[in-house]
Amino acid sequence: MSTTDSVAWPETRIGPRPLVERLHGWVTTVDHKRLGILYVFYGFTFLLIGGVEAAVMRIQLIRPHNDFVSPQIFNQMFTMHGTTMIFFVVMPIVFGLANYLVPLMIGARDMAFPRLNAFSFWLTAFSGMFLYYSFVGGYGLYGLGTAPDVGWFAYAPLTAKTFSPGHSTDFWTLSLLVSGFGSIGTAVNIIATVLSMRCPGMTLGKMPLLVWLNLVMAGLVILAIGPLTAAQLMLLVDRYLGGHFFDTQAGGSAVMWMHFFWVFGHPEVYVLVLPAFGVASEVIPVFSRKAIFGYPIMVAATIAIGFISVSVWAHHMFTVGMSAGGNLFFVLSTMAIAVPTGIKIFNWLATMWGGKIHFKAPMLFCVAFLFQFLIAGLTGVMLGSAPFDWHLGNSYFVIAHFHYVIVGAILFAVFAGIYYWFPKVTGKMYGERLAKLHFWLFFIGFHLTFDFMHVPGLLGMPRRIYTYEPGRGWDAWNFVVTVGVFFQAAGILAFAVNLVRSYLRGRPAGSDPWDAWTLEWSTASPPPEYNYASIPVVKSRRPLWDLKHPEDPDWKYE
Amino acid sequence: MYSVIAAETAIFVIFVVAYLFYVGKSASGPTPAVLHAPIFFSVCLLSSSWTIHRAVTALKRAEVGSFARWWLATILLGGLFLAGTGLEWRHLIVDEGLTIRTNLFGTTYYSLVGLHAFHVTAGLIALATVSLFALFGHVKPEHAARVDVVSLYWHFVDVVWVVVFSVVYVVGR
Repeated sequence: MSTTDSVAWPETRIGPRPLVERLHGWVTTVDHKRLGILYVFYGFTFLLIGGVEAAVMRIQLIRPHNDFVSPQIFNQMFTMHGTTMIFFVVMPIVFGLANYLVPLMIGARDMAFPRLNAFSFWLTAFSGMFLYYSFVGGYGLYGLGTAPDVGWFAYAPLTAKTFSPGHSTDFWTLSLLVSGFGSIGTAVNIIATVLSMRCPGMTLGKMPLLVWLNLVMAGLVILAIGPLTAAQLMLLVDRYLGGHFFDTQAGGSAVMWMHFFWVFGHPEVYVLVLPAFGVASEVIPVFSRKAIFGYPIMVAATIAIGFISVSVWAHHMFTVGMSAGGNLFFVLSTMAIAVPTGIKIFNWLATMWGGKIHFKAPMLFCVAFLFQFLIAGLTGVMLGSAPFDWHLGNSYFVIAHFHYVIVGAILFAVFAGIYYWFPKVTGKMYGERLAKLHFWLFFIGFHLTFDFMHVPGLLGMPRRIYTYEPGRGWDAWNFVVTVGVFFQAAGILAFAVNLVRSYLRGRPAGSDPWDAWTLEWSTASPPPEYNYASIPVVKSRRPLWDLKHPEDPDWKYE
Repeated sequence: MYSVIAAETAIFVIFVVAYLFYVGKSASGPTPAVLHAPIFFSVCLLSSSWTIHRAVTALKRAEVGSFARWWLATILLGGLFLAGTGLEWRHLIVDEGLTIRTNLFGTTYYSLVGLHAFHVTAGLIALATVSLFALFGHVKPEHAARVDVVSLYWHFVDVVWVVVFSVVYVVGR
């Protein structure tokens, strides 16, 4: 141990500080980069937990009349899996990416409100742990722990005291309430940062697309989380104060809960997917060696998605029964949102068209993202038409559709982003071969699971059943679906091993390993605490291109 | 702050929608006819918007003493409003027998007005904190921008009351 030798070199304390001190540094940090890393690390931890829950469900369904877990446990598994994956995996990860990248990309030294930033993270962290505490404390003093089992959208009146005794539902609603406050804090921070912390020369029209997409995402969080918070407050009033909001016996309405939940729930999908679009919009140009195609249209399409996404919520409720006018409105608005998303897909394709494409791991994930997001969008249009939805609502077809969005599009883009910025965050290069192994394992596993999941849905298999009769034509499909899970798990294992090994023993990456064009690549890897020694000045959308090619800068053409 | 206000607005919108949707749907018990519009206390709250505006303007002109007076007047008016809500609730609970669990009207009424009263309370705490700073001489003209943010929140609380008042005491009856 050389720590005692510090007397010999009083002013150069290069050796690592004691572990406790370093941990204390992480816990009390207000640095946007550290908080970003914490968010992503936290999200991936919960990804493992949520993944185990998914695996439990799939093992239970691998053959008819299986009794791997009890129906009660199965109900808890799908509730916890859904809640975890949305609120404690994807949201923290996209917030983490935004936290880390937005200030770097706009040439700022930190977020606008660093302490609010830390507060939001710890609220989110606390609410996730609170939710999982229900496994040991769901019945409180009765000594019998139980997790929430009302489904991730917790339809009334199942959540009423009568039907959901004990405290498991309270854990669910309080945890989402608290994480909602954290999300609003982060969204406020992102908006304030983007609007007031940009470096000289970076007009709104010169911001990287990732920043634009996160700005619109933050706006949607502001609009969408409020209704969720309000609905959770009403549920608390019902459960604790004896209120009647969702009490159908006293004139309350269960359908109101559905409306309130989905007014939050559908914009939420776009909260999750817009940052994924942002990653694709940064990675695809760099690995195609071309500037992004149609930048202004990309921004316009983003804002259009933001607007339309708040008016499509009731397409989750076609099977509940609405007036013909209601059905028509929500069918048309759902179809309309396919237009700006289609524009985006074509723009990414046009960016790749004629480019010199490098199939490094981030690009592989982005190409898969493009195809899978297209298919997810197509089944989305199918389900968005009410007559079709009457047949397939609540079936495994719906499950396959939204997992195509959340895994096939969002998670693939997240992996692309992690590999792309890993050298910047750690200063080390990740292992390319292991990354490709991760890609192929996860890609095969994803398609085995979610391609074949559409079919039992079409054959009439409803969601959330814990077992099924043999001989309905579902058996083989369910078997294949479960086999895919093991491939995905192996892929995640390769991913984890790769990150840990590269962090410990990767070769130094240098400040700009991809020959990229946005500001974050102009500072050291990992960036110093203050990001930039002097605040950069930009003249175009690709400031590093201008630096590298002074004879042919971008600003001459924009 | 504008973003926070947007998020808060979304929460209030949902409660207002719930109130309007459930008007007249109560299975039994008192109806909105038992309500009496609290005109005097509403005037108190609304005029506190004007006093806080005067306070911030005074601070911008570096008149710290005048700032403190207008600021305290704002707290007083806000406190009066809160007391008014308390009296009204006391009347409803004791004389009319309407509580949050009586019927659907009670549930929606107390949660909507209560949500607003909660925001008034939060605003009063913020105002009191600033006045504590002012008491010890820590509020100076260069802090006008920060004080302005608090006043923005207070204006929001007032505007919400205009909406809640119209919904509960005008449209809802």
